[in-house]
Amino acid sequence: MADSKAGDAVPELRVTPDKYLPYRYAGASGDFNPIHLDAEFAKSVGLPSNILHGLYSMGLVAKAAAQGLAGGDPRALKKLTVQFRGMGLPEQEIVVSGSVKEVEGDRVTVDLEAKQGDTRIIRNAQAELEL
Amino acid sequence: MAIKTDAVGKSWPSTTYQVGREKIKEYATVLGIENPVHFDVGAAREAGFRDVVAPPMFAVVYAMPSLAPAMFDPEVGINFAQLVHGGQTFEWDEPACSGDVITTTATCTSIEEKLGNGFYVFETTSVNGDGAEVVRGTWTNIVRGV
Repeated sequence: MADSKAGDAVPELRVTPDKYLPYRYAGASGDFNPIHLDAEFAKSVGLPSNILHGLYSMGLVAKAAAQGLAGGDPRALKKLTVQFRGMGLPEQEIVVSGSVKEVEGDRVTVDLEAKQGDTRIIRNAQAELEL
Repeated sequence: MAIKTDAVGKSWPSTTYQVGREKIKEYATVLGIENPVHFDVGAAREAGFRDVVAPPMFAVVYAMPSLAPAMFDPEVGINFAQLVHGGQTFEWDEPACSGDVITTTATCTSIEEKLGNGFYVFETTSVNGDGAEVVRGTWTNIVRGV
């Protein structure tokens, strides 16, 4: 029942992760890499500060695709591929946007990206959903 | 210095993870996912799931532990101080529900040097207790300046 068509926009998802989000995400995911939790450590390895987990940002991309096109049905998302580039930072708004690339029967392919200001923290994201 | 590629093709012992309702709730809450199928067993069963169902990206919770021995294997030789997550793909099949015991196996599929950086690619395959594939992950790690 895919009623999407190529070129349709995915409803934008806007989230501002608070200062403590990386700690909650670390607890939920089990990823306690100190580059996400410890600003001093992050700076010592050449990062601007502690950075968001890339897989958290990818989680927001997955949420935007599933919510925007499938009413949040966890069965709909069949494939998601992303590239992590610019560093995501806490306390800055993340905007996930995208558009439908093609529709084949029930299968919908969507291009997405996640930005903070002008920095693309996730680029070349592509989702495949079965609707 | 040439990058070591000896670990290409190597697999590590599988890890198992039992999915639970409270962990799904915790993950969904952090991501701000509100669908009741992730919180309430009644809503999940009404929607056709065995039990509370995990959001797709919950795959990181049960699949990632399988990568720990690979990442720390001296034969792979990753320099953690310069490690960044470059890219990620998941392909989902059977949904993961509370009560499932999911077994994940990691394999190194490629190690390459590109423009002075090391690209280490691992594939994980996760199956549930019925032997059905739940998710396949492709994890690309970049080590800056190998």
